Amino acid sequence: MNASDLSPAYDLVVIGGGPAGLAAAALAARAGLSTVLFDENPGVGGQIYRAIASSPVKDRAILGEDYWAGVELAAEAGASGASIVTGATVWSLDPSRLVGVSIAGKARLIQAGRVIIATGSLERPFPIPGWTLPGVMSAGGAQTLLKAQGLVPGGRSVMAGGGPLLWLLAAQILRAGGKIDAILDTTPRVNWLRALGHLPDFVLSPYFSKGLRLLREVRARVRVIRVDRLEAVGDDKLREVVFAAGDAEWRMPADLLLLHRGVVPNVNLATAAGVAHAWNERQLCFEPVLDEDFNSSVAGIAVAGDGAGIAGGTAAAERGRIAAIAAVRALKPEAAVPDLQTIRQNLQREAMGRAFLDALNRPAVSFRQPQGDTIVCRCEEVTAKQVRDTADLGCEGPNQMKAFLRCGMGPCQGRLCGLTVTELIAAQRGTTPAEVGYYRLRPPVKPITLSELASLPITEVERKAVER
Amino acid sequence: MRTADVVVIGGGIHGCSTALHLALRGLKPILVEKDYAGRHASGVNAGGVRQLARDLAEIPLSISSMSLWERIEELVGDDCGFVSHGTVLVAENETELASFRARVDDLRLRGFTHEELIDRAELKRLVPAVADHCPGGVVSRRDGAADPFRTTQAFRRRAIEMGAEVLEGVTVTGLARAGANWRVETSAGPIEAPKVVNAAGAWADRIAAMLGEPAPLTVVAPMLMVTSRVAPFIQPVVILRGRKLSFKQLDNGTVVIGGGHLATPDRDRNETVLDWDKLAISARTVWELFPAMRAATIVRAWAGIEAYMPDGIPVVGPSSTSEGVYHQFGFSTHGFQLGPGTGAMMAELVATGSTNTPIDGLEIGRFRDQARRQS
Amino acid sequence: MFKRLAEAGAAVAITVDGKRVECRAGDTVAAALIAADIDHCRTTPVTGAPRAPYCLMGVCFECLVSVDGVGSRQGCLVPVREGMAVETQIGKREAGR
Repeated sequence: MNASDLSPAYDLVVIGGGPAGLAAAALAARAGLSTVLFDENPGVGGQIYRAIASSPVKDRAILGEDYWAGVELAAEAGASGASIVTGATVWSLDPSRLVGVSIAGKARLIQAGRVIIATGSLERPFPIPGWTLPGVMSAGGAQTLLKAQGLVPGGRSVMAGGGPLLWLLAAQILRAGGKIDAILDTTPRVNWLRALGHLPDFVLSPYFSKGLRLLREVRARVRVIRVDRLEAVGDDKLREVVFAAGDAEWRMPADLLLLHRGVVPNVNLATAAGVAHAWNERQLCFEPVLDEDFNSSVAGIAVAGDGAGIAGGTAAAERGRIAAIAAVRALKPEAAVPDLQTIRQNLQREAMGRAFLDALNRPAVSFRQPQGDTIVCRCEEVTAKQVRDTADLGCEGPNQMKAFLRCGMGPCQGRLCGLTVTELIAAQRGTTPAEVGYYRLRPPVKPITLSELASLPITEVERKAVER
Repeated sequence: MRTADVVVIGGGIHGCSTALHLALRGLKPILVEKDYAGRHASGVNAGGVRQLARDLAEIPLSISSMSLWERIEELVGDDCGFVSHGTVLVAENETELASFRARVDDLRLRGFTHEELIDRAELKRLVPAVADHCPGGVVSRRDGAADPFRTTQAFRRRAIEMGAEVLEGVTVTGLARAGANWRVETSAGPIEAPKVVNAAGAWADRIAAMLGEPAPLTVVAPMLMVTSRVAPFIQPVVILRGRKLSFKQLDNGTVVIGGGHLATPDRDRNETVLDWDKLAISARTVWELFPAMRAATIVRAWAGIEAYMPDGIPVVGPSSTSEGVYHQFGFSTHGFQLGPGTGAMMAELVATGSTNTPIDGLEIGRFRDQARRQS
Repeated sequence: MFKRLAEAGAAVAITVDGKRVECRAGDTVAAALIAADIDHCRTTPVTGAPRAPYCLMGVCFECLVSVDGVGSRQGCLVPVREGMAVETQIGKREAGR
């Protein structure tokens, strides 16, 4: 679909085509709302079901049955009557629910009756020395290459960090015939003790047996080393990975280092739209303040999926359905919708076991609050020491820090440094991330070219001004 | 209870500059700011330091400011990112150029020589990237640009070093006579001082209302946008007259595009909602004027909250109702350059009761007279 | 660094800095660069350090390249097309390039 084919207004605009967005769009369109779903990627599926309609990985065992569950979701959305627009970048959303979107270099402003933000999560920043070197990638990036392009690590490859995705990816790479020389597990030992209290709940959850099986599968084939220090070393690209546990230090030559330390909500669009956020101390991230229907503090704007707080792909779809039912009830109360109570119960079930995972995978302070010359803001190349020193000089928050150091001012708009900067300021000033707050984010939340912006249709007001 | 010689309300560039200049005169000011210094327009404006194209009533303040800008590091201990590559007002057609010529001639008759008419060749020399259809313009060669947040912070820091007290996150809730003093009620307790300066920007009418003085400001939020870093290609700040545009490249390579299209402000929530239809007008203007910018990437847009007066020029001078209170607000989207000089003038006025810098035409009484005429 | 599974899509050719690069239908520009073992796709405008694609999901902006003359495009969001001309970005790009 081209920008010029879009209607000027829709009952519901869904932003993001992962499980939450697909489920929301399908339900709303079936109930009769005019619905459009925008996703900036070439296909729908989000990250979890990335390339679900086009993956070259045909052996279903490689990516696993949890991945292929996405086929049904995508098909449902596709058949629902919703307009599904891929390659569509949403760069602005304001409190009056005006949505700025670009498709193939042309921009439009679309009025939404309701909006469901389903922009999901992104990987928690993992600022270690050398993490900007070519050859260092996020594990999620490698998983995308596998799902969408059928590419697997083939050289000297090391994975490092922790969290369910790291182990899942390791298993997928191995099943696909890829190569992993070592997994460096950064999980602090104390986390196991802290997680123990949540064990009974976890054992009863589906995560338990799946997780155990994955761990066994990977550990049988790859050396796993517990580390508490980690560094990527190289000149113009990665040459070796240096790691340490206690006093012992090792160096391992490597072409590829895949980093992962869990995921956090992608708050950029919601924050720029004025949605109130709060600090989640258990998951160490900011998340939107929402009611039980996932409505945000801004009227008519809901946030569903992992963007509403990390809960996983299955929960994301249920959250999307709940937000869509709220949209239908608001705009078309007479329409039939699925039973809300059943969906809420499904969602409740998905929460089981999360507390254990959160406690176990809580990243160590040393990996969240780097020291010295380690780069914090990759775009503007701002180091941990600069941020710490500037905080010591009296800089109280991330927004002042932007003005002093330009951290968060580059094209990624703080996505890869925001949490680190907040935590560093809090640490230096002896206060909490909740107190310090996050960057104030400004649209466009994704950069647009001047030509794209100039391509917005000329309004009546402007036309008259020119004629006069 | 806190006491001071002067309470300055508002921590923008004007409040901070006035506090510094009061401290330099040996007085003890307390500055009260509801957020933090430079939080609003003073910290997020386009950073233009411009004498060009100013209202006649502002020119003396602008010229005195310029001489402070040129020794800004000596004044505040920081160069504030100030660079001087001139401001160029580009004429888009011959009619515009003719009106510019009349203005420059008029200024000369009045003794002001900072504006200089330039032809097509000189325009191309100063701004090689400008589109070929532009026949000339006006340049003010000493003009320049600075980093607004850094500048405001530098004034704040030096004011504190010189003995001013700066209270941030503190709101003024009341203002009343207490004998020979003014009693300023704040969220951090009362402060008493014989003199008060109202430099509260978009909130200044609320302070004036505490004195029963009408200050018919409009709360506005001029929008700006900035590109990702591109190689250096333009040095002066460029502005237009017929269409709204200000355009300049920073040392770091980013290009700031502004010009006065307005966002919707909410001064009670410190928020602004951008108007993309109007930003698209800016984009089209740049598209025509600087063809090289067409594929440049916009990475951020924003708007700072400030006050606009009905006649587009600020309120500077003593209160018309309340002795010992002075106003310094309503800079109507062009107050950044005026900050240093207006602060110096205000400190002189507060300390000595008079000033050598002409501020005729900027008094608050003009609105009371207006209100009376209308009723 | 990476190898392809057998089932990858049909062959597509693009140019990177003028040199022909074979890729497959379904590749994004960033994936094609990685598959072709191209070390880095840009140098930073601040210090000139080399950078390569990092997240491949549109959030890190490390894979910025020029595509068919339009600079600073996110390589991980742009699917390859036969004949597409990709250029790596060195430091600050020229205005309009």
